[in-house]
Amino acid sequence: MEHIRMPKVENVRLLVRSSSRRTQVGTLYLTATHTIFVGKGSEDRNELWVLHSLVCNVVKHKASQSGYPLLIICKNFQVIQFIIPQESDCHDVYISLSRLSRPEKYEELYCFSFNPSVDKAEREHSWDFLDLKAEYSRMGLPNKLWHVTPINREYRVCDTYPADLFVPKSVTLPVIVGSSKFRSRGRFPTLSYYCKENHTTICRSSQPLSGFSARCLEDEQMLQAIMKSNPGSRFMYVVDTRPKLNAMANRAAGKGYENEDNYCNIKFQFIGIENIHVMRNSQQKLIEVSALRSPSMGEFLTGLENSDWLRHIKSIMEAGLFISKAVAEEGVSVLVHCSDGWDRTAQVCSVASVLLDPYYRTLKGLMVLIEKDWVSFGHMFSHRCGHLIGEAKEVSPVIDQFLECVWQLMEQFPCAFEYNEKFLISIHNHIYSCHYGNFICNSQKERKDLCIKEKTHSMWLHLWEKKLDFMNPLFKPDQSQNQGLLRPSTAPYCFKYWRRLYNRFDRELHPRQSELDCLMTVKEETQQLEEELALYEQKMAVLDKERAKTLYMQKGVLDSKQALWSLPLDTSLANTPQDYIGGAPNVFTLQQGERERAELCLFGDQTKSSDADNSDQESGVADFSSHSSGEESLPSEDSVKDPDSDETGPNRA
Amino acid sequence: MYPFFYRPSHLTLNGPWGLSSTEQYYKQTERLWDRWRVSTVNSDYSVCPSYPSAVIVPREVDDDKLIRSARFRQGGRFPVLSYCHHRNGMVIMRSSQPLTGANKKRCKEDELLLQAVIDGSELGYIIDLRSAQQAQQARMTGGGFESKSFYSHWKRIHRHHERGKIVQESLIKLVEACSDPSHSVDRWLSKLENSKWLSHVHSALSTAGLVVECVERDGHSVLVHGSEGTDNTLLVSSLAQLILDPASRTVTGFLCLLEREWIQAGHPFQQRCAHSAYSHARLKQECPIFLLLLDCVWQVWRQFPLALEFSEALLLRLAQEVYASNYGTFLCNSEQERCAAGVKENTHCLFQSLLRPDIEEQYLNPLYEPTDLAIWPSVHPQSLQLWTGLFLRWTEYAQNMEEAREEVWSIVKEHHEQAGPDRTNNTLSTHCDTLTPFENLMDELTIL
Repeated sequence: MEHIRMPKVENVRLLVRSSSRRTQVGTLYLTATHTIFVGKGSEDRNELWVLHSLVCNVVKHKASQSGYPLLIICKNFQVIQFIIPQESDCHDVYISLSRLSRPEKYEELYCFSFNPSVDKAEREHSWDFLDLKAEYSRMGLPNKLWHVTPINREYRVCDTYPADLFVPKSVTLPVIVGSSKFRSRGRFPTLSYYCKENHTTICRSSQPLSGFSARCLEDEQMLQAIMKSNPGSRFMYVVDTRPKLNAMANRAAGKGYENEDNYCNIKFQFIGIENIHVMRNSQQKLIEVSALRSPSMGEFLTGLENSDWLRHIKSIMEAGLFISKAVAEEGVSVLVHCSDGWDRTAQVCSVASVLLDPYYRTLKGLMVLIEKDWVSFGHMFSHRCGHLIGEAKEVSPVIDQFLECVWQLMEQFPCAFEYNEKFLISIHNHIYSCHYGNFICNSQKERKDLCIKEKTHSMWLHLWEKKLDFMNPLFKPDQSQNQGLLRPSTAPYCFKYWRRLYNRFDRELHPRQSELDCLMTVKEETQQLEEELALYEQKMAVLDKERAKTLYMQKGVLDSKQALWSLPLDTSLANTPQDYIGGAPNVFTLQQGERERAELCLFGDQTKSSDADNSDQESGVADFSSHSSGEESLPSEDSVKDPDSDETGPNRA
Repeated sequence: MYPFFYRPSHLTLNGPWGLSSTEQYYKQTERLWDRWRVSTVNSDYSVCPSYPSAVIVPREVDDDKLIRSARFRQGGRFPVLSYCHHRNGMVIMRSSQPLTGANKKRCKEDELLLQAVIDGSELGYIIDLRSAQQAQQARMTGGGFESKSFYSHWKRIHRHHERGKIVQESLIKLVEACSDPSHSVDRWLSKLENSKWLSHVHSALSTAGLVVECVERDGHSVLVHGSEGTDNTLLVSSLAQLILDPASRTVTGFLCLLEREWIQAGHPFQQRCAHSAYSHARLKQECPIFLLLLDCVWQVWRQFPLALEFSEALLLRLAQEVYASNYGTFLCNSEQERCAAGVKENTHCLFQSLLRPDIEEQYLNPLYEPTDLAIWPSVHPQSLQLWTGLFLRWTEYAQNMEEAREEVWSIVKEHHEQAGPDRTNNTLSTHCDTLTPFENLMDELTIL
């Protein structure tokens, strides 16, 4: 609170970004955690809350006629512009916000003060929601070739790695220690993904400290052991995700890459993904393009091209595709590293996992994947997302790029993902918001030292509870092409600008009607109806047993009744018979007829209308309610109809 | 030509050809009866060879005046009614450029005709689809524009639109860019930008939006023209109608719109759509304006996926038919030529055949829910996309989209089965409520 020089300013104007004409007058409040704008007059949509931890930058603009503009630029790409009448007020707000949005200590972050009304047990439950042990056992680990090594339990061998790590059973502790001493930051090769179908693995590490000629026997043994743990293959890939030039330059600093001559049976491969600084600049350019006010088509496309952003996304995707193909198609294990093994390595391993394993295309699967490959393996969220004031050079949109790769895949495979883009955007938002403790700190050790689990809440359960918002109605898990390996095209036209993320808050840029939302509603309702139907079927099954006998005797009459109600029906209803095939035909047609009528009883909204279609359906309803006497109303000339043609007739109509 | 020999067993030549006529449109539009009339001054195509035999004009302007006005307009395309807005009676007119020439000729009858269009209301807008400079230059070759001093109640707005060869070259470049998947992203984006195709889509949609803004929001009538009035003019007037008029968003309505605004209005299909993108013969007349229209309609559908009764499949079918067809619909350049060639007697009508129930079904949008409001598309570059369904039609990319499309159908069908069609419609309609008039305001286009 001591940083707030001005808790409240009246008569502030809020500008809507895309149109200078639409503004709103109201009061601006600064609290310890939020900037709040409350519009005057209008009833709804007039409150705007911005978390301080989401604020990326505060900018004062030159005074205009109407006052002093203050720009708040957020990490979720929201840009808010206020116009404050008094210069001194504007300055005070500016100074306060500048300080509030740049916390110096973890304890200042919002997740430590966020206190929803849940008790301790519930908070603990939120942290237990994801269990990495369960994830490894889902993959089929531990097994006879791989086990958990206790070596890093106290984070002594590698303080940026998680406590539990999978290594081949055949490697001894000295080998691990030796290998870790030969790797940057001690990040020795360890398992990231295990494919139980063919025992292939994706392992990850940091670069070896090879310099120009150094070698390490233990490290060579380590790789040998990983290779041998995949009995089906006689070599393994070592993928260095850096451009070759960068890797060579590192040799001068005593780091570098594996020499193929020193390691048996490895195939070494460079994949030129640029470093965090290039990516940061690229995204900056992209954001500038996205914020252009009414650019021409040419300006936009040129800006998009010059940002190079999509080229970087493509290179990450291609790296992921290379690895996933090696695993699924060639059956060859892969070791991935970059420099430190927590940025590009995390991106590439997780993209490959999404391509390989349909589980990661489900809601929970993606959560687990981020928890495993990013959070537990020490992606430096605090540095990369700039949670605390510090080195601006450490900030880089590495996780943004992973989420975007998933989005690009969703665009190519609309039926392969259980989640929708809102899910990705929510994750993105919360990675930066510091609302939950998940993405605080740079490693598991730091989080443990800070007692994150005791002091904050976990985001995953929160997202899981809102999962209805995040479902993709088109998801078809059983479709063969959505199982197993996804093979995305990496043709340049497959990489698109992610409007929903970068122009998230520019409402007028997005489609005014959402196909997917609409489908979701339709789908949910169908499900609901199916449930109700099942209930009625149960009830009816009892009745049917009693009536089956009578029905056989009345066969001819019943068939004609079927014809009577089905003829005027809409064709869309007509293919119902196919779905119910499997019983004795005559009993069956009746059952189905009854089902339809049961629905009409349940949802009797059609009965209001008096046209021909509905009056027939109404009589159907009446028949059902007084079933045994129904046949009286039937015209006898229809009773000669062939039962088969009754079933197929409406289909062809 | 092949359509003259195409005789499928399920079609007969005796059926009606075409969906509607000027007279029918007039009859259906009650708002017109008072102040407008159907003129048959062009019944022998002598006044304007590219117009249909009947056109709708203000009641108080007689045929003699029309003939004089026609002499003052390029190709005889005098201002005629294209659309009357059902909500406020404002109209969209179209014509070709006036032949004012270098010495600023004027034509009293033409001025009277336009005066009669606005009839007492204070202002009408002329949307000239050329830049002010181009319009000035046109005077050197005998063309020109309506000068403020002679058409005092009309305000002229210039919007630059590319035409002819430039648009054709765009298409060639775009198709070339799409056919090579080995490009780098940079090269692809630069080729996409360089083709300028999306820029044409952008300008077409924003000018159409401007027209709609004049008619719907500001309540003024509009006259649209470029030079000849057979290409961009039709593009803009038909897009404006799609945005404005719920009736033109049904399958039948859309096909009627195409028939009125493109076929009967004399878009020279034979000259414009002879060779598509792969020809290197430099044909002066070739120009994919109709394809551009289909692309724009696709963009509207992307932004309002529930508002059109037809689906992308119909647009794709039309894109194919316009270049190579068994039907006579897109033959010739005008009604006059079609009459002379006996198209109606000797070929089948594409639109009629698309509307046969069993065929039409495959072109329906399963999520269609009519809305009465204007559907203003966003014209920000971020909101416009490459029409992958057309330009990447034969790639694996399109196959995945096809799968998604089928899934949409199956979800809706399942719902139909469970709940019946009425209830499905109800569910869909609750989703359209979000489309409030407020949200429809389009800020980017300001005309005053």
